[in-house]
Amino acid sequence: MSAAKIPLDEIRFKVNGEERCVSVPPMKRLLDVLREDLELTGVKEGCGEGECGSCSVLLDGVLVNSCLVPALQADGCEVLTVEGLATNGALAHIQQTFLELGGTQCGICTPGMMLAAESLLRKNPHPDLAAIREGLAGNLCRCTGYMRIIDAVRHAMQMPILAEEQAELDAVRK
Amino acid sequence: MRSNVSEYELVAPGSLSAVLALMAAEPGAWTLMAGGTELMVALGAGRLAQRKLVSLWGIDELRRITTSNDWLTIGAGATFTDIRENEIIAKEFPLMARAASWTGAIANQNRGTLGGNIVNASPAADSPPVLLVYEAEIELASAQGTRRMKYSDFHLEYKRTVMQPQELVMAVHLPRGRRLPVEYLRKVGTRNALAISKIALAGVGAMQSGKVQTVRIAAASLRETPARLLATEAALLDHALTSERILAARKVLLQEVKPIDDIRSTANYRAYVAANLLEEFLMQMAASEG
Repeated sequence: MSAAKIPLDEIRFKVNGEERCVSVPPMKRLLDVLREDLELTGVKEGCGEGECGSCSVLLDGVLVNSCLVPALQADGCEVLTVEGLATNGALAHIQQTFLELGGTQCGICTPGMMLAAESLLRKNPHPDLAAIREGLAGNLCRCTGYMRIIDAVRHAMQMPILAEEQAELDAVRK
Repeated sequence: MRSNVSEYELVAPGSLSAVLALMAAEPGAWTLMAGGTELMVALGAGRLAQRKLVSLWGIDELRRITTSNDWLTIGAGATFTDIRENEIIAKEFPLMARAASWTGAIANQNRGTLGGNIVNASPAADSPPVLLVYEAEIELASAQGTRRMKYSDFHLEYKRTVMQPQELVMAVHLPRGRRLPVEYLRKVGTRNALAISKIALAGVGAMQSGKVQTVRIAAASLRETPARLLATEAALLDHALTSERILAARKVLLQEVKPIDDIRSTANYRAYVAANLLEEFLMQMAASEG
Protein backbone atom coordinates (compact mmCIF):
# COMPACT_ATOMS: atom_id res chain seq x y z
CA MET A 1 0.00 0.00 0.00
CA SER A 2 1.37 3.38 -0.97
CA ALA A 3 0.90 6.23 1.49
CA ALA A 4 -2.34 8.22 1.28
CA LYS A 5 -1.85 11.20 -0.99
CA ILE A 6 -5.34 12.59 -0.79
CA PRO A 7 -6.55 14.02 2.53
CA LEU A 8 -9.43 12.20 4.15
CA ASP A 9 -12.90 13.69 4.02
CA GLU A 10 -15.28 13.78 6.92
CA ILE A 11 -18.51 12.15 5.80
CA ARG A 12 -21.50 12.81 8.01
CA PHE A 13 -24.60 10.83 7.26
CA LYS A 14 -27.47 9.02 8.88
CA VAL A 15 -27.18 5.25 8.70
CA ASN A 16 -30.19 3.17 9.74
CA GLY A 17 -31.52 6.17 11.62
CA GLU A 18 -28.30 6.91 13.52
CA GLU A 19 -26.03 9.93 12.91
CA ARG A 20 -22.59 8.67 11.91
CA CYS A 21 -19.33 10.35 10.95
CA VAL A 22 -16.36 8.68 9.26
CA SER A 23 -13.03 9.99 7.98
CA VAL A 24 -12.36 8.25 4.67
CA PRO A 25 -10.89 8.91 1.22
CA PRO A 26 -13.63 10.65 -0.83
CA MET A 27 -13.56 7.93 -3.50
CA LYS A 28 -13.90 5.06 -1.03
CA ARG A 29 -16.88 3.02 -2.11
CA LEU A 30 -19.94 3.40 0.10
CA LEU A 31 -19.99 -0.42 0.19
CA ASP A 32 -16.56 -0.46 1.86
CA VAL A 33 -17.42 2.40 4.22
CA LEU A 34 -20.47 0.47 5.40
CA ARG A 35 -18.67 -2.85 5.75
CA GLU A 36 -15.25 -1.75 7.02
CA ASP A 37 -15.78 1.54 8.86
CA LEU A 38 -19.27 0.87 10.23
CA GLU A 39 -19.11 -2.96 10.36
CA LEU A 40 -22.44 -3.32 8.62
CA THR A 41 -21.52 -6.57 6.94
CA GLY A 42 -25.08 -7.30 5.86
CA VAL A 43 -24.15 -5.30 2.76
CA LYS A 44 -22.49 -7.85 0.49
CA GLU A 45 -20.06 -7.49 -2.37
CA GLY A 46 -20.80 -9.67 -5.36
CA CYS A 47 -19.57 -8.37 -8.68
CA GLY A 48 -18.33 -4.93 -7.64
CA GLU A 49 -19.55 -3.47 -10.91
CA GLY A 50 -23.24 -2.76 -10.49
CA GLU A 51 -24.56 -5.92 -12.11
CA CYS A 52 -25.54 -8.24 -9.25
CA GLY A 53 -27.30 -6.01 -6.72
CA SER A 54 -25.94 -7.76 -3.62
CA CYS A 55 -24.60 -4.41 -2.32
CA SER A 56 -28.00 -2.68 -2.74
CA VAL A 57 -28.87 -0.05 -0.13
CA LEU A 58 -31.35 2.81 -0.07
CA LEU A 59 -29.66 6.21 -0.34
CA ASP A 60 -32.11 8.97 0.58
CA GLY A 61 -34.81 6.36 -0.07
CA VAL A 62 -33.48 5.52 -3.55
CA LEU A 63 -32.19 2.05 -4.44
CA VAL A 64 -28.50 2.16 -5.39
CA ASN A 65 -25.58 -0.23 -5.79
CA SER A 66 -23.31 0.89 -2.96
CA CYS A 67 -20.26 -0.42 -4.85
CA LEU A 68 -20.77 2.42 -7.36
CA VAL A 69 -21.29 5.28 -4.90
CA PRO A 70 -18.20 7.18 -3.74
CA ALA A 71 -18.30 8.09 -0.04
CA LEU A 72 -18.34 11.82 -0.78
CA GLN A 73 -21.64 11.48 -2.64
CA ALA A 74 -23.24 9.97 0.46
CA ASP A 75 -22.30 12.98 2.62
CA GLY A 76 -25.41 14.42 4.23
CA CYS A 77 -27.59 11.53 3.05
CA GLU A 78 -29.66 8.88 4.77
CA VAL A 79 -28.63 5.27 4.22
CA LEU A 80 -30.76 2.22 4.89
CA THR A 81 -29.10 -1.20 4.95
CA VAL A 82 -30.57 -4.60 5.77
CA GLU A 83 -29.56 -4.02 9.40
CA GLY A 84 -32.07 -1.15 9.51
CA LEU A 85 -35.08 -3.09 8.23
CA ALA A 86 -36.01 -4.66 11.55
CA THR A 87 -37.32 -2.41 14.31
CA ASN A 88 -36.62 -3.20 17.97
CA GLY A 89 -35.76 -6.77 17.11
CA ALA A 90 -38.98 -7.37 15.20
CA LEU A 91 -38.42 -8.41 11.59
CA ALA A 92 -39.90 -6.22 8.89
CA HIS A 93 -42.72 -7.76 6.91
CA ILE A 94 -40.49 -8.41 3.90
CA GLN A 95 -37.92 -10.21 6.09
CA GLN A 96 -40.61 -12.37 7.66
CA THR A 97 -41.99 -13.50 4.30
CA PHE A 98 -38.50 -14.22 2.90
CA LEU A 99 -37.92 -16.38 5.98
CA GLU A 100 -41.24 -18.19 5.87
CA LEU A 101 -41.44 -18.81 2.14
CA GLY A 102 -37.88 -19.89 1.45
CA GLY A 103 -36.91 -16.67 -0.28
CA THR A 104 -33.39 -17.13 0.98
CA GLN A 105 -30.96 -20.01 0.63
CA CYS A 106 -27.24 -19.22 0.76
CA GLY A 107 -28.11 -15.69 1.79
CA ILE A 108 -25.61 -13.64 -0.19
CA CYS A 109 -28.23 -11.97 -2.39
CA THR A 110 -30.83 -11.71 0.35
CA PRO A 111 -30.00 -8.29 1.90
CA GLY A 112 -29.87 -6.62 -1.51
CA MET A 113 -32.94 -8.49 -2.69
CA MET A 114 -34.95 -7.32 0.33
CA LEU A 115 -33.87 -3.72 -0.16
CA ALA A 116 -34.82 -3.88 -3.85
CA ALA A 117 -38.19 -5.29 -2.75
CA GLU A 118 -38.55 -2.56 -0.10
CA SER A 119 -37.77 0.10 -2.70
CA LEU A 120 -40.27 -1.39 -5.15
CA LEU A 121 -43.07 -1.63 -2.57
CA ARG A 122 -42.53 1.92 -1.35
CA LYS A 123 -42.92 3.22 -4.89
CA ASN A 124 -45.57 0.79 -6.05
CA PRO A 125 -47.49 -0.84 -3.17
CA HIS A 126 -49.41 -3.13 -5.53
CA PRO A 127 -46.94 -4.36 -8.13
CA ASP A 128 -48.05 -6.99 -10.62
CA LEU A 129 -45.78 -9.87 -11.51
CA ALA A 130 -44.06 -7.95 -14.29
CA ALA A 131 -43.36 -5.03 -11.97
CA ILE A 132 -41.93 -7.35 -9.31
CA ARG A 133 -39.68 -8.97 -11.87
CA GLU A 134 -38.48 -5.62 -13.15
CA GLY A 135 -37.98 -4.31 -9.62
CA LEU A 136 -35.77 -7.29 -8.73
CA ALA A 137 -34.09 -7.69 -12.13
CA GLY A 138 -30.88 -6.00 -10.98
CA ASN A 139 -30.46 -8.53 -8.16
CA LEU A 140 -29.00 -11.89 -9.06
CA CYS A 141 -29.70 -15.05 -7.08
CA ARG A 142 -27.93 -18.31 -7.88
CA CYS A 143 -29.89 -20.53 -5.48
CA THR A 144 -33.61 -20.04 -5.40
CA GLY A 145 -34.59 -19.79 -9.05
CA TYR A 146 -36.37 -16.55 -8.02
CA MET A 147 -39.85 -18.07 -7.65
CA ARG A 148 -39.77 -18.17 -3.85
CA ILE A 149 -38.41 -14.64 -3.79
CA ILE A 150 -41.29 -13.43 -5.93
CA ASP A 151 -43.70 -15.33 -3.65
CA ALA A 152 -42.14 -13.59 -0.65
CA VAL A 153 -42.64 -10.16 -2.18
CA ARG A 154 -46.25 -10.96 -3.04
CA HIS A 155 -46.96 -12.17 0.45
CA ALA A 156 -45.23 -9.18 2.01
CA MET A 157 -48.00 -7.11 0.49
CA GLN A 158 -50.61 -9.61 1.65
CA MET A 159 -51.85 -9.64 -1.89
CA PRO A 160 -53.54 -12.62 -3.44
CA ILE A 161 -51.68 -14.03 -6.40
CA LEU A 162 -53.93 -13.80 -9.44
CA ALA A 163 -54.96 -17.10 -11.00
CA GLU A 164 -53.14 -16.43 -14.28
CA GLU A 165 -49.99 -15.40 -12.43
CA GLN A 166 -50.13 -18.55 -10.33
CA ALA A 167 -50.45 -20.56 -13.55
CA GLU A 168 -47.38 -18.79 -14.94
CA LEU A 169 -45.40 -19.45 -11.77
CA ASP A 170 -46.47 -23.10 -11.77
CA ALA A 171 -45.49 -23.47 -15.41
CA VAL A 172 -42.01 -22.11 -14.71
CA ARG A 173 -41.62 -24.45 -11.74
CA LYS A 174 -42.37 -27.55 -13.81
CA MET B 1 -6.56 -5.63 -8.89
CA ARG B 2 -8.55 -3.22 -6.80
CA SER B 3 -7.53 0.45 -7.02
CA ASN B 4 -6.01 2.18 -4.02
CA VAL B 5 -8.79 4.69 -3.34
CA SER B 6 -6.54 6.92 -1.29
CA GLU B 7 -4.80 7.95 -4.53
CA TYR B 8 -7.96 9.47 -5.97
CA GLU B 9 -9.15 13.01 -5.45
CA LEU B 10 -12.88 13.76 -5.58
CA VAL B 11 -14.32 17.21 -5.01
CA ALA B 12 -17.92 18.41 -5.02
CA PRO B 13 -18.04 22.15 -5.83
CA GLY B 14 -21.84 22.05 -5.56
CA SER B 15 -22.79 24.43 -8.37
CA LEU B 16 -22.44 24.54 -12.14
CA SER B 17 -20.48 27.80 -12.10
CA ALA B 18 -18.01 26.45 -9.52
CA VAL B 19 -17.48 23.29 -11.61
CA LEU B 20 -16.89 25.35 -14.75
CA ALA B 21 -14.44 27.64 -12.94
CA LEU B 22 -12.46 24.62 -11.75
CA MET B 23 -12.34 23.21 -15.29
CA ALA B 24 -11.28 26.57 -16.75
CA ALA B 25 -8.44 26.92 -14.24
CA GLU B 26 -6.91 23.57 -15.19
CA PRO B 27 -8.30 22.49 -18.59
CA GLY B 28 -8.27 18.73 -18.99
CA ALA B 29 -7.06 18.06 -15.45
CA TRP B 30 -10.43 17.12 -14.03
CA THR B 31 -12.78 14.31 -14.96
CA LEU B 32 -16.47 14.77 -14.29
CA MET B 33 -18.47 12.13 -12.49
CA ALA B 34 -22.24 12.18 -12.12
CA GLY B 35 -23.86 8.96 -10.81
CA GLY B 36 -20.67 6.91 -11.03
CA THR B 37 -22.17 3.98 -12.94
CA GLU B 38 -19.26 4.04 -15.41
CA LEU B 39 -16.26 5.47 -13.56
CA MET B 40 -16.84 3.60 -10.29
CA VAL B 41 -16.84 0.33 -12.24
CA ALA B 42 -13.43 1.28 -13.63
CA LEU B 43 -12.29 2.15 -10.09
CA GLY B 44 -13.43 -1.21 -8.75
CA ALA B 45 -11.61 -3.01 -11.54
CA GLY B 46 -8.39 -1.09 -10.92
CA ARG B 47 -8.43 0.65 -14.29
CA LEU B 48 -9.56 4.20 -13.51
CA ALA B 49 -6.69 6.23 -14.98
CA GLN B 50 -8.04 9.67 -14.02
CA ARG B 51 -6.95 10.69 -10.53
CA LYS B 52 -8.75 14.04 -10.16
CA LEU B 53 -12.53 13.83 -10.23
CA VAL B 54 -15.32 16.34 -9.83
CA SER B 55 -18.73 15.25 -8.60
CA LEU B 56 -21.74 16.58 -10.51
CA TRP B 57 -24.18 14.62 -8.35
CA GLY B 58 -26.68 16.83 -6.55
CA ILE B 59 -26.28 19.90 -8.80
CA ASP B 60 -29.96 20.62 -9.33
CA GLU B 61 -29.46 23.07 -12.21
CA LEU B 62 -28.12 20.17 -14.31
CA ARG B 63 -30.95 17.81 -13.44
CA ARG B 64 -34.05 19.72 -14.54
CA ILE B 65 -36.42 18.62 -17.27
CA THR B 66 -38.20 21.70 -18.67
CA THR B 67 -40.28 22.72 -21.65
CA SER B 68 -40.78 25.74 -23.87
CA ASN B 69 -43.22 25.93 -26.77
CA ASP B 70 -40.81 24.34 -29.20
CA TRP B 71 -38.38 22.32 -27.09
CA LEU B 72 -38.21 19.80 -24.30
CA THR B 73 -34.93 20.24 -22.42
CA ILE B 74 -33.40 17.41 -20.43
CA GLY B 75 -30.57 18.47 -18.10
CA ALA B 76 -27.47 16.32 -18.52
CA GLY B 77 -27.74 15.30 -14.87
CA ALA B 78 -31.26 13.89 -15.25
CA THR B 79 -31.22 10.19 -14.36
CA PHE B 80 -32.86 7.49 -16.42
CA THR B 81 -35.43 7.20 -13.64
CA ASP B 82 -36.16 10.95 -13.98
CA ILE B 83 -36.62 10.42 -17.73
CA ARG B 84 -38.85 7.35 -17.33
CA GLU B 85 -41.07 9.12 -14.82
CA ASN B 86 -41.51 12.37 -16.76
CA GLU B 87 -45.04 12.62 -18.14
CA ILE B 88 -44.23 14.91 -21.06
CA ILE B 89 -41.43 12.62 -22.21
CA ALA B 90 -43.76 9.61 -21.96
CA LYS B 91 -46.36 11.43 -24.06
CA GLU B 92 -44.25 13.24 -26.65
CA PHE B 93 -41.00 11.25 -26.83
CA PRO B 94 -41.97 7.70 -25.85
CA LEU B 95 -38.86 6.12 -27.36
CA MET B 96 -36.79 8.17 -24.94
CA ALA B 97 -38.71 6.71 -21.98
CA ARG B 98 -38.37 3.19 -23.38
CA ALA B 99 -34.62 3.48 -23.91
CA ALA B 100 -34.29 4.79 -20.34
CA SER B 101 -36.32 1.83 -19.06
CA TRP B 102 -33.78 -0.68 -20.35
CA THR B 103 -30.58 1.23 -19.52
CA GLY B 104 -29.43 -1.12 -16.77
CA ALA B 105 -31.67 -2.22 -13.92
CA ILE B 106 -33.50 0.07 -11.48
CA ALA B 107 -30.49 0.82 -9.24
CA ASN B 108 -28.45 1.86 -12.29
CA GLN B 109 -31.33 3.94 -13.66
CA ASN B 110 -31.48 5.73 -10.32
CA ARG B 111 -27.86 6.88 -10.68
CA GLY B 112 -26.97 6.84 -14.39
CA THR B 113 -27.52 10.14 -16.20
CA LEU B 114 -28.29 11.10 -19.77
CA GLY B 115 -25.17 13.30 -19.89
CA GLY B 116 -22.99 10.43 -18.71
CA ASN B 117 -24.48 8.10 -21.28
CA ILE B 118 -23.65 10.63 -24.01
CA VAL B 119 -20.11 11.67 -23.00
CA ASN B 120 -19.03 8.12 -22.30
CA ALA B 121 -19.60 7.91 -26.07
CA SER B 122 -20.01 4.15 -26.22
CA PRO B 123 -21.29 3.04 -29.63
CA ALA B 124 -23.55 0.63 -27.70
CA ALA B 125 -25.24 3.26 -25.49
CA ASP B 126 -29.04 3.11 -25.30
CA SER B 127 -30.03 6.80 -25.55
CA PRO B 128 -28.10 8.02 -28.62
CA PRO B 129 -30.09 6.25 -31.38
CA VAL B 130 -33.26 7.75 -29.94
CA LEU B 131 -31.72 11.23 -29.70
CA LEU B 132 -30.66 10.89 -33.34
CA VAL B 133 -34.08 9.96 -34.73
CA TYR B 134 -35.74 12.71 -32.68
CA GLU B 135 -33.21 15.20 -34.15
CA ALA B 136 -31.95 16.31 -30.75
CA GLU B 137 -29.63 19.23 -30.16
CA ILE B 138 -26.94 19.24 -27.51
CA GLU B 139 -25.80 22.17 -25.39
CA LEU B 140 -22.26 22.39 -24.06
CA ALA B 141 -21.10 24.80 -21.38
CA SER B 142 -17.75 26.19 -20.30
CA ALA B 143 -16.72 29.19 -18.22
CA GLN B 144 -16.74 31.14 -21.51
CA GLY B 145 -20.42 30.43 -22.18
CA THR B 146 -22.54 27.86 -23.95
CA ARG B 147 -22.75 26.48 -27.47
CA ARG B 148 -25.47 24.39 -29.02
CA MET B 149 -25.33 22.05 -32.00
CA LYS B 150 -27.09 19.17 -33.67
CA TYR B 151 -26.49 16.00 -31.67
CA SER B 152 -25.69 14.26 -34.97
CA ASP B 153 -22.51 16.41 -35.15
CA PHE B 154 -21.38 15.53 -31.61
CA HIS B 155 -19.63 12.17 -32.08
CA LEU B 156 -16.52 12.30 -34.26
CA GLU B 157 -15.04 8.81 -34.08
CA TYR B 158 -14.81 5.93 -31.60
CA LYS B 159 -15.05 7.48 -28.10
CA ARG B 160 -14.10 10.91 -29.48
CA THR B 161 -16.50 13.87 -29.47
CA VAL B 162 -16.40 17.59 -30.27
CA MET B 163 -16.07 18.46 -26.57
CA GLN B 164 -13.15 20.65 -25.49
CA PRO B 165 -11.32 19.83 -22.23
CA GLN B 166 -12.96 22.70 -20.33
CA GLU B 167 -16.49 21.88 -21.53
CA LEU B 168 -19.29 19.78 -20.10
CA VAL B 169 -22.65 18.68 -21.48
CA MET B 170 -25.31 20.87 -19.96
CA ALA B 171 -28.49 19.68 -21.64
CA VAL B 172 -30.15 17.92 -24.53
CA HIS B 173 -33.00 19.62 -26.39
CA LEU B 174 -35.70 17.68 -28.21
CA PRO B 175 -37.95 19.47 -30.75
CA ARG B 176 -41.63 19.29 -29.74
CA GLY B 177 -44.67 18.99 -31.97
CA ARG B 178 -42.96 17.02 -34.73
CA ARG B 179 -43.93 13.52 -33.70
CA LEU B 180 -44.26 11.09 -36.61
CA PRO B 181 -46.93 8.38 -36.75
CA VAL B 182 -44.54 5.42 -36.70
CA GLU B 183 -41.97 5.05 -33.93
CA TYR B 184 -39.81 1.97 -33.53
CA LEU B 185 -37.15 0.96 -31.04
CA ARG B 186 -35.73 -2.44 -30.38
CA LYS B 187 -32.69 -3.54 -28.43
CA VAL B 188 -31.22 -6.98 -28.84
CA GLY B 189 -29.16 -8.04 -25.84
CA THR B 190 -28.56 -11.07 -23.69
CA ARG B 191 -31.19 -10.22 -21.09
CA ASN B 192 -33.51 -7.31 -20.39
CA ALA B 193 -31.96 -5.87 -17.26
CA LEU B 194 -28.33 -4.86 -17.31
CA ALA B 195 -27.35 -6.25 -20.67
CA ILE B 196 -25.42 -3.93 -22.92
CA SER B 197 -26.94 -4.14 -26.36
CA LYS B 198 -25.52 -6.37 -29.07
CA ILE B 199 -27.36 -4.02 -31.39
CA ALA B 200 -30.22 -1.53 -31.17
CA LEU B 201 -32.21 0.17 -33.89
CA ALA B 202 -34.44 3.23 -33.63
CA GLY B 203 -36.70 4.46 -36.41
CA VAL B 204 -39.37 7.09 -36.93
CA GLY B 205 -41.30 7.80 -40.08
CA ALA B 206 -44.45 8.67 -41.96
CA MET B 207 -46.09 7.35 -45.12
CA GLN B 208 -48.07 9.42 -47.59
CA SER B 209 -50.04 8.04 -50.54
CA GLY B 210 -48.33 4.69 -50.22
CA LYS B 211 -44.82 6.09 -50.22
CA VAL B 212 -42.25 6.87 -47.54
CA GLN B 213 -42.64 10.57 -46.89
CA THR B 214 -40.22 10.89 -43.95
CA VAL B 215 -37.90 8.37 -42.37
CA ARG B 216 -35.07 8.57 -39.85
CA ILE B 217 -33.13 5.51 -38.68
CA ALA B 218 -30.30 5.28 -36.16
CA ALA B 219 -28.39 2.42 -34.64
CA ALA B 220 -26.23 1.43 -31.71
CA SER B 221 -23.30 -0.98 -32.01
CA LEU B 222 -23.28 -0.87 -35.80
CA ARG B 223 -20.59 1.74 -36.36
CA GLU B 224 -17.75 3.26 -34.32
CA THR B 225 -20.17 5.88 -32.97
CA PRO B 226 -23.94 6.00 -32.52
CA ALA B 227 -25.05 6.82 -36.05
CA ARG B 228 -27.91 7.74 -38.37
CA LEU B 229 -28.17 5.33 -41.29
CA LEU B 230 -28.45 8.00 -43.98
CA ALA B 231 -27.86 5.79 -47.02
CA THR B 232 -30.56 3.38 -45.86
CA GLU B 233 -32.93 6.31 -45.31
CA ALA B 234 -32.17 7.62 -48.82
CA ALA B 235 -32.92 4.20 -50.28
CA LEU B 236 -36.40 4.35 -48.75
CA LEU B 237 -37.48 7.96 -49.20
CA ASP B 238 -40.28 8.51 -51.73
CA HIS B 239 -40.58 4.77 -52.37
CA ALA B 240 -43.46 2.40 -51.84
CA LEU B 241 -42.52 -0.35 -49.37
CA THR B 242 -42.74 -3.32 -51.72
CA SER B 243 -40.93 -6.51 -50.80
CA GLU B 244 -38.31 -5.65 -53.46
CA ARG B 245 -37.77 -2.23 -51.92
CA ILE B 246 -37.42 -3.68 -48.42
CA LEU B 247 -34.88 -6.19 -49.73
CA ALA B 248 -32.98 -3.37 -51.43
CA ALA B 249 -32.99 -1.34 -48.21
CA ARG B 250 -31.63 -4.36 -46.29
CA LYS B 251 -28.75 -4.51 -48.78
CA VAL B 252 -27.99 -0.81 -48.41
CA LEU B 253 -28.02 -1.18 -44.62
CA LEU B 254 -25.58 -4.11 -44.80
CA GLN B 255 -23.20 -1.96 -46.85
CA GLU B 256 -23.66 1.07 -44.64
CA VAL B 257 -23.01 -0.53 -41.25
CA LYS B 258 -19.56 -1.47 -39.96
CA PRO B 259 -20.18 -3.79 -37.00
CA ILE B 260 -17.34 -5.52 -35.21
CA ASP B 261 -16.68 -8.82 -33.46
CA ASP B 262 -16.37 -8.34 -29.71
CA ILE B 263 -17.18 -9.94 -26.37
CA ARG B 264 -20.93 -9.37 -26.81
CA SER B 265 -21.51 -10.53 -30.37
CA THR B 266 -20.13 -10.98 -33.88
CA ALA B 267 -20.10 -8.60 -36.81
CA ASN B 268 -22.15 -11.00 -38.93
CA TYR B 269 -24.81 -11.50 -36.29
CA ARG B 270 -25.09 -7.76 -35.72
CA ALA B 271 -25.39 -6.99 -39.43
CA TYR B 272 -28.11 -9.52 -40.15
CA VAL B 273 -30.09 -8.79 -37.00
CA ALA B 274 -29.91 -5.10 -37.90
CA ALA B 275 -31.36 -5.88 -41.32
CA ASN B 276 -34.13 -7.90 -39.65
CA LEU B 277 -34.92 -5.03 -37.28
CA LEU B 278 -35.02 -2.66 -40.26
CA GLU B 279 -37.51 -4.95 -41.94
CA GLU B 280 -39.64 -5.12 -38.79
CA PHE B 281 -39.69 -1.32 -38.66
CA LEU B 282 -40.58 -1.08 -42.37
CA MET B 283 -43.46 -3.54 -41.92
CA GLN B 284 -44.85 -1.21 -39.26
CA MET B 285 -44.38 1.72 -41.63
CA ALA B 286 -46.17 -0.16 -44.43
CA ALA B 287 -49.07 -1.04 -42.13
CA SER B 288 -49.42 2.50 -40.79
CA GLU B 289 -51.40 3.95 -43.65
CA GLY B 290 -54.81 2.34 -43.53
